[in-house]
Order: sequence, then structure tokens, then C-alpha cells
Amino acid sequence: MHNQGEMGFRGQAFFMPVLLISAEHLTLADKVRLVNWGLVVLIVALGGIGIGLLYSAGGESWRPWAGPQGVRFLVGLVGMLALALVDVRIWLRLAYPLYGVMMGMLVLVEVMGHIGMGAQRWIDLGVFVIQPSELMKITLVLALARYFHGLEDEEIGRLSRLVPPVLMVLAPVGLVLLQPNLGTSLLLILTSAALFWGAGVRVWVFLVALGLGLVSLPVAWHHLHDYQKARLMTFVNPEADPLGAGYNILQSKIALGSGGLFGRGFGQGTQSQLQFLPEKHTDFIFVVLAEEWGLVGAVALLLLYAGLLAYGFAIALSCRNLFGRLAALGLTATFFLYVLANVGMVSGLLPVVGIPLPLVSYGGTAMMTLLLGCGLLLGISIHRDVRISRTGISTS
Amino acid sequence: MMAQDNSRARLFTRRALLLGGAQAGLLAVLVGRLYDLQILKGDRYRTLAEENRISLRFLPPPRGQILDRGNVPLALNQQNYRLVLIPERVDDAEVLLAKIQTLIPLTEGDADKIVRDLKRRRNRQAILVYDNLTWEQVAALSLHMPELGGMDIEVGEARFYPYGADMAHVLGHTGPLDSRDIDTADKEGRAFPAIPGLRIGKNGLEKQYDSLLCGKVGNVQLEVNAHGRVIRELARQKPLAGHDVTLSLDIGLQQDVLQQLAKTESSSAVVLDVHTGAVYALASHPGFDPNAFVYGIHQTEWDQLTGNPFAPLLNKAIGGLYAPGSTFKIVTTLAGLEAGLLDPQKTVFCPGYFDLGGHLFHCWKHGGHGTVNLRHAMAGSCDTYFYQLGQHVGIDRLQAMAQRLGLGSKVGIDLPHERGGLMPGRAWKKANRHHEWQLGETLITAIGQGYITATPLQLAIMMARVVNGGHAVTPHLIRAESSAHGAHEGENSGGDSLGFDADNLSLLQDALAAVVTEPIGTAYGARILEDELAMAGKTGTAQVRRISTAERAEGVIANADLAWKERDHALFVGYAPLTAPQYAVAVVVEHGGSGAHDAAPIARDILLACQKRNVAGV
Repeated sequence: MHNQGEMGFRGQAFFMPVLLISAEHLTLADKVRLVNWGLVVLIVALGGIGIGLLYSAGGESWRPWAGPQGVRFLVGLVGMLALALVDVRIWLRLAYPLYGVMMGMLVLVEVMGHIGMGAQRWIDLGVFVIQPSELMKITLVLALARYFHGLEDEEIGRLSRLVPPVLMVLAPVGLVLLQPNLGTSLLLILTSAALFWGAGVRVWVFLVALGLGLVSLPVAWHHLHDYQKARLMTFVNPEADPLGAGYNILQSKIALGSGGLFGRGFGQGTQSQLQFLPEKHTDFIFVVLAEEWGLVGAVALLLLYAGLLAYGFAIALSCRNLFGRLAALGLTATFFLYVLANVGMVSGLLPVVGIPLPLVSYGGTAMMTLLLGCGLLLGISIHRDVRISRTGISTS
Repeated sequence: MMAQDNSRARLFTRRALLLGGAQAGLLAVLVGRLYDLQILKGDRYRTLAEENRISLRFLPPPRGQILDRGNVPLALNQQNYRLVLIPERVDDAEVLLAKIQTLIPLTEGDADKIVRDLKRRRNRQAILVYDNLTWEQVAALSLHMPELGGMDIEVGEARFYPYGADMAHVLGHTGPLDSRDIDTADKEGRAFPAIPGLRIGKNGLEKQYDSLLCGKVGNVQLEVNAHGRVIRELARQKPLAGHDVTLSLDIGLQQDVLQQLAKTESSSAVVLDVHTGAVYALASHPGFDPNAFVYGIHQTEWDQLTGNPFAPLLNKAIGGLYAPGSTFKIVTTLAGLEAGLLDPQKTVFCPGYFDLGGHLFHCWKHGGHGTVNLRHAMAGSCDTYFYQLGQHVGIDRLQAMAQRLGLGSKVGIDLPHERGGLMPGRAWKKANRHHEWQLGETLITAIGQGYITATPLQLAIMMARVVNGGHAVTPHLIRAESSAHGAHEGENSGGDSLGFDADNLSLLQDALAAVVTEPIGTAYGARILEDELAMAGKTGTAQVRRISTAERAEGVIANADLAWKERDHALFVGYAPLTAPQYAVAVVVEHGGSGAHDAAPIARDILLACQKRNVAGV
């Protein structure tokens, strides 16, 4: 870093205040240089595709979706890059407090949901709306990564050491289930499982957990809401009620299937354009792509996601601190689960659970969550060489 | 610690790679699923997608107008509002219809029919629920539209007949398609599109020229979304408006004629051009309002019409069959002249009866006409003279002449339900009565009684054919110019010559003139005083009951003393102007009394109206 002074001179003169809250060794210029621009390009590509699809789904118009989504994406992108510059050690310190705040918010929406009507999942702060269950996906990852980061190697094998993280998972899952939001609950559980896996929890623990889960399925079924049962039944046999609960899946499959190899062309997807397709701008946006761009377009999008996931794994593997590695793995898993759940749902492989296509679907909160996650991932990448002790103090 | 870190890092790396591999595998499953849906099953879904989005709606063409010879519209289209049901938007039709029934007077039967239609219909065309909504109903329905998902108020066109009953029999009316129409259409290779509330010609000219009037149905392919809402038009095939049909009929004359007929209880009249067969008026009294049929007639109204003894639904001008009575003496005369068996100057003595081998055939005039030649016999309508003439001429010549003049079979007017009447003969008697023809039957046939029947239209044609120089004119209601582009009824010539001797026709016309001009003529009282408008013709009084010998001995009961149904039919056939015949008329007053007093004045007024209006010149 012989040129540090020179670079620092120029950068510091301008960005001093920002740098002060950051870590000691990396200047802003270094960080910018360390940004994983390949990942950024992938993210921009995905966001761009999303905006294009919304433009098409809106009848080749910026209104009502593409325009707002574009603005949000740009704002989110700036936020993501800003977050990427935040030292990973700050996240480590904030992991538990953030988790606590999110839990508080989940309780708050639960209470408000009872006072208000129906399933309320957000807090309107006036300026913007917070959906705690979305943000919890990130904060849970951070909290779990923080917890496992603090464990000695031998402690991983002790069951007693697994009680706190399991409770950390079950608390938000329980609250989200009460909302009720089956999809997000499952997502939280599976993301956590990926983290547990990466942390080195013994394989038999997973097997036992899986067994317990299967045994408790009938009980869980009993506690499901009618609409959730209907969705699951519909998933089993969508043709049974083509105009009712099965309508979404059937229409989605028709639209997907009619896309063929090369699709019908931009703005030409009859099903998407003609409103046969429900929720085409949010959860079913993938169908718009598949219908208008065919299998080629759909696979291309999946390859972009695969590339993003590959970056995620690469970051996790190259990171030199456990917190960063686990957080990167958890965030990557979250990202993957979004894609799997969404594409699986619209293609009729999985039940309708209401999970958006990451970075593509219309919607502020999910976009914010995912860009936040990407910001963290980029931050981990930038700070991959930072070594952190078990107690959270930098060692290098 | 470093070693520990390393072993833990290796474990992490291993597990991360396993996780990555699993994720890659699951992504591959997704790709496989997409391949299955988009490539392997792509065609199937593409078909489903096509069905999903295109909705074909038919566009009914405006029906052609029917105009009179002065281009006065007789049948036209008026906008109306109708309630239709869009099947794909309806979940529970019965609940919906129950709601509708609180707003409009939809009967239970109608509601059931709609539900049946809904179940039967495979294509997704709208179904007519209620036609011709009033403004109040439109307002009430509009107010409740948000709760009536699947219902729609459409603006449509409905037929309107401004002259009502005056033109009812000629125009007929339109009405909803029924299974019989579909059967007939199948045979003719026509197909009716499934348009809600499609109306077709059910009778009269509306039926006769339906294919000309109806135009060509258009359609519009609409892209609809899952809610059935229209997104945009994909393609539109404009409906082709039906052709207007112009008639030879003159609505002013028609009204004059009906005004005359209104003096009677039940009657009909035909006025036509002796040269072209163009029908200027064709009226039947009493009538009915065809507008009532357009939306389906109420049962009570229908019962009144069918129960009416004066048969208002029947077009008596083409469907009423009457013994022609003395008007048939025209046929007998011409048959005799053409056969060379009649010397017009030769006289016959009429004592009031004709003795055929001891069997007496009575003349209508008690006490007889005395000595009469053809002219006097025709003028006084001497039955005795024509009994004798008939005996000479014979039934075969009578029948042949009658047929040449248009009796005994349909003359072929462009209207449905024309009847042909009956001109009896030997073969007919043998086939239908299984007896030989009797000479006595020849005698009564010669004066237009007996088995013989004819329609007023046939009588008018008969009249026309003997005064137009002997041409076989046929009647038509559609005007030449109108029929030309319709390529439908092209015939408008005077018809082929029947080959009559011109002198014989002159002799006949002279005799017919005597009926009106001679004081002894039966229609002398109904003569036209203006010479240039003068008419000629023949009265007829057709007996509808048998007069027994006993009654004849005591004196024949006067018509006025008989029940209406037993009174004689009063007939008159005539033409004008006398010197250059243009118009032929036939008037039949059912049970009217006598041709001289009850039919001739009507015919006179009609012929006067024709000439004063100069109908043929318009």
C-alpha cells in the first residue's frame, strides 16, 4: 500500500467524514477499488430486466410499475453501494441489536394486526413502509452469523450450544407464522438451516430436525389457515378448481407454456398483457419473462441468478473471517431460496407462497431487503481480509 | 488456533461447495421444469392461451328498410335498449336473474329459458335477457349494475312499422329465431349467427325478402382479460347493412283502400297495374299491429287475435278463398268467345230460371231478365244466360280458361302463404270426390259457384289479364329497380301473351263497361261520373249457403235477416280508366251482402283514388 498516501490525500480531503465511521486500514478509495464490480453488474442486469418486464407488463408503459421500480432500484443501488463500504465489524457489533429491533417490530405488527384488520405485515412510517418480516431475513442471518462466529470449534458439537440459535430462529418464525405468512416462515427456517450447515453443525442434527419436522406435519396442517390449506390442495391438484384457487397456477402455466423456446417477443405476451395472469407485476413476473422471451429468456435469467449465487459462494469462501463467511452463505442461501420458491411456484412445482422474484418483482420492501443483502455481501467482499476475533475485535 | 481455523475453514469450504452443488442441482430442476412446460407441452399451452384471450362477438347488421314506391319508409329500425348476459362473466345465473326480476318484469318462464340457454350454449355469445327496456328500466338497471356482474345493457336496433296495422299483412314482421326457422334455414343452406336477440322476418315481405334485408353479419375479435373485460379489438369485420327494398305499393293508396274497407266488418282488396302486375295496394281488414309482434306478443293479445271471427291475422287478399260468383262470368264469356261458341248478339230468354232436364237452376233475379244478349246479360248479371253459355262451352274449356286467367293455382306474388284456390274439373272431381263430373256442376261453375274458389288477388289478376291485351301478368310487390340489385324477383314484364283474339277482348270489355254504364247494370249506382276516370267491372255475390227449394218457394231470406256468417260474400272486380285500362281492382267483402251495393262502391272509390293520385305515374 505504498500509494496509500497519495490516494488518501485526494480521497481524504473530500470524503473525510465518511471515512471516520469506517475501519482503520482501508481508505474509501481502496474500498471502492475492492468493490466486486462483477457482482454489481449482475445486480444491475437483474434489476434492469425487472424494469423492462414491468414496462412490458404495464402495457409498454413506465406507468404504473416500471417507472417507480426504476427509481426505487436506483435509490436502492446507491444505498447498496453505501452499505458495502460499511466495515463488516460494525455489522458484527450491530447484529444482535438489529435482531432485537426487528423482533420488536414483528411483535408490534402482530399487535397492530390484531387491532386493525386482517393480516397486516408492515409498519407505515409515513415516509416509507417497513415490512419487518422481510428485514428479519437479513437480521436473522447477521445474528446467527454473529452467534456462530463467537463459538469455539468444539462447542458446535454440543447440543446445548444450539439452543440459543434455534430459539433465535423460532422466535421470528413463530411471529411470522402468526401473521400469517407461511412462505416467509419457511424461508427463515431454510436460510437458518443453511447457516447452521455452514457453521458446521453435525449432520445427524439435521436428520433429527427433519424427522421431527415430518412428524409434526399433521399438527402443522391442523393449524393452517383455510386459505393456506386451499393453496396447498390447489398445488396438489390445480385443475380441480380452474376458476377458483387453482386459477393462478393454471393461468401461470398456460402463460409459461405458451412462451415456447423463443417467446412471443417484448410486449407480445398475450397472457401477461391481457390480465389473465394475476399478480403479473409482483410474484408472477417470471411468467411475463417466460412468455415473452421463452425458454431462452427464462434460462438466461436463471443463469444470471446462478452467476450471482456463484459470486456469493466465492465471497463466502474467500472471506477470512467466520462472521463474513457465514453471513455471505446465509445471504446467498436467502437469495437462492427466493429464486427457487418463486420460479418453482409459477411453474407449478411448489405451492403458491407469495414470494417475489429477487430484484425483478415489483415492490419496495423486497427490493430494499435484497439490495441491503447485496450491500452486505459486497461489504463482506470488500472486507474479506479483515480478521475478527471471537469476541468481535479486529485482529489484523 | 490457526490449525483449528484451518480445519474449520476446510469444513466450511466442503459444506459450502455441497450447498452450492445442491443449489445448482435445484436450479437445473427448474430449468427442466421450464423445458417441460415450454417445449414439450408448449403447443398445448399455446392453444389454451389462444382460447384464453380471443372473444368473438357478432355485430348484427342494420336491417334494410322497406320503402313504398315514393320512398316512404314502411319498415325501419329504431334504437332500443336491451339487457344481455355475458356467460363467461356469470357465476350463478339463477341468483343473478332473481335479482334482475326485482327490477324488470321478467317472468319465471323467461328466466328458466335463459338458464337453459346458458347451459346449452357452447360458444360464449351473450344471451338476450330482456328486450326493449324502457327508460325507467334502463335507469333502474344502471343503478344496480355494480351488483349485476355479467349483465350488460346493449343498444340495439329494433324493427318499427310506422303504419302499424295498415301494412301488417304485407310487411309481416320480424321476430326471434325459433327452431323451425333454423330447420328451414338448414335446408336452404343458410345459417343464422348466434346473435342475442337476432330477429328474422317471420311473415310477409320481411320473410319473403329476409335474405335481402338482413345483410351480412359482421364480427369483432376482441382481446379480453381474465375478467372478460375488453382490452382491445384484434380484428373487425364490419357488418354489411341489408338492402333496402322498395315496393311498388303506394302507402297513400293503401291507406285510402283501408279507409274504404274499414266500412266493412271483414274484407280485402287488391289494386295492381294491369300491364306490369305491380301491386299498388294490398289490404286486408281488420288488421293487427305488427309492432306488437316484434317483442313477442302477449298471450291475451294473441288470444284476442286468434279468437276474432274476422280473422285479423289472415291476409285475406292472398289467403282468403271465396267463390268468385258472378265475377267468374268474365271467364265463361271469354271461354265462349274464344271457342267460337258465343255470338254476342244472340239473345237468350231468362224467365228467372234455367231448366236442365226438369232440374231448375235459378237466376238471382226473381222473375228473370227477359230477353238478353251478352252485353245485357253481363250488365244485369243474368245467371240464366251464363248457365246456357256454360252448358255450351263445357267444363273443360271453362277450367282451361280459368287457369289461363290465373285461377286455380297460385299466381305467384312475392309473399308467403299465398293460396291457390280451386278451379274444379273432371279430373279433380274424379280424384277428390270419386264421382263423374255432372252437367249441373258445369252450370253453377259457369256463374262462379260450387266448388270453385279464388283469392281476391287471383280475381284482380284475372281482371288485369283480360284488359291488358291478354298478357299473363303476375303480381309483385317489390319494385323493379329494387329487385334488380337484389337479383331476386327480376320478373316485371307484362308476361307472355295468352293468345286471345283482340276482338273477343273488346267484346268482353264492352260487356264489362255495360255493367257500370247501362242503367240496367248491376254497378250502375257505383259508376264514376268523370268520363276520363270511368271504370268497368263485374259484380259478384257469392252464396255461402244452400238455398232450399222450400225457402225459394216462400221467398229467399234477405241477407240482412241472416246471421253474419250466412250472408253472401260481396265481390267486385274492375278496372279503370275505361278507355286505356291501367288499374285492376278486386274487392271482396266477406258476408257483405251484394256485390252491387257493398263491394262496387268500395271498388269505385279505390279506382278513383288510384287515378287521382296517379299512382302508376309516381
